[in-house]
Amino acid sequence: MQEIKVYGVWGSPFSRRVEIALKMKGVEYEFIEEDLENKSDELLMYNPVHKKIPVLVHNGKPVVESSLIMEYIDETWKQNALLPTDPYDRAQVRFWAKFIDDKIMASVGAALLSKGGDISKAKEEMQELLTVLESEITKNKLFGGDKVSFLDIIGLFVAYWVPIVQDILGNHVLTRDKFPGIYEWADVLLDDAFIKKNLPDKDKLIPILRSRFGVKP
Amino acid sequence: MANNNEVILLDFWPSSFGMRVRIALHEKGVEFEYRDEDLRNKSELLVKMNPIHKKIPVLVHNNKPVCESSIIVQYIDEVWSDKSPLLPSDPYQRAHARFWADFIDKKTYDGTKKIWTSKGEDQVVAKKEFIEHLKVLEEQLGDKPYFGGDTFGYVDVSLIPFYSWFYILETEGNFKIEESNTKIIEWAKRCMQRESVAKTLPDQKKLYEFVQEYKKKLGVE
Repeated sequence: MQEIKVYGVWGSPFSRRVEIALKMKGVEYEFIEEDLENKSDELLMYNPVHKKIPVLVHNGKPVVESSLIMEYIDETWKQNALLPTDPYDRAQVRFWAKFIDDKIMASVGAALLSKGGDISKAKEEMQELLTVLESEITKNKLFGGDKVSFLDIIGLFVAYWVPIVQDILGNHVLTRDKFPGIYEWADVLLDDAFIKKNLPDKDKLIPILRSRFGVKP
Repeated sequence: MANNNEVILLDFWPSSFGMRVRIALHEKGVEFEYRDEDLRNKSELLVKMNPIHKKIPVLVHNNKPVCESSIIVQYIDEVWSDKSPLLPSDPYQRAHARFWADFIDKKTYDGTKKIWTSKGEDQVVAKKEFIEHLKVLEEQLGDKPYFGGDTFGYVDVSLIPFYSWFYILETEGNFKIEESNTKIIEWAKRCMQRESVAKTLPDQKKLYEFVQEYKKKLGVE
């Protein structure tokens, strides 16, 4: 009997990645919603180093860091592969996943959410990084070609969450006219029936994010 | 079959990240051409092969680039899979190894740099944090000879290059790492007995002189 638990937060792009990966493999799991202001004993036990969500617990053994969890899921349940098989292609996917997670995400935080610091410089940096992503995207419909793959799931942060956050804050760096390739890719990705079904509903997500950023409705 | 295996490594000898790749290539017995880059005057090839970050190390395998040291090491492990596996075969152990390599990535370089670039109270804090960081790693190591268990592996490769910086840290910080982190030193010495590591890690004193030159150039008193 397999016991699979996901510790996450409903609105988080990171725990969604894990859920989407599991669902794509047809793996059943129990989702445990965490209150980040009041983390559970289990979460702290399973991720003592970073104390963050998501955590996947498979038969009592924890795996942490969303992209690492996704690799683990792909290696454990081999149906509907998320990563390519060729080592070179895998290295490229890992490179871009790191680019999105380490560089783009940090720049989004600095450009859109920071109260202090040089906002215009941060916005410029976000623009530059998105330009790099734009040049990588226009090569295929989705990162995985015709199918939703590892990098598309990682990129949902950019495709779905960033536009919503930008609307809430009234601060737009990622725009359709400046980044047509990214928007084209996002349109295809967000139109996918499976993805559509597994994203947090906008109407519910917006008030949650608003309150998190301290923006009045 | 693969007689057209051209492997070039664009690197910089003091780089702990570059050392990881060198160690991995040596572990696998892969013949490669090592090219030392002048980071103030980057080669055309480096800029072409890593246009996004323009950083070393870059592995150029049959003209195709792989960037980011931890990604390169995984690539090497997957391509030359017939010898000296670096990552474990079990998915859970692999996730575990990747986590600790990522942890090392996030904390060790900055942690060491803080020590040799800071002074006074800042340096005291930096030393304390670094010792704590090593303690967390020692806890992971436990009583095992290597982080991966009985065999030298991915996490060991990720961490051991930083050992070549210990002399600099101890001299600049006026402390002995062995006093608070005996296990790590024992582990490091064990790793140094491996040919791949011994021939990769630069002489600690040579590295110290390099850092002094570097600091002078930066005008860091």
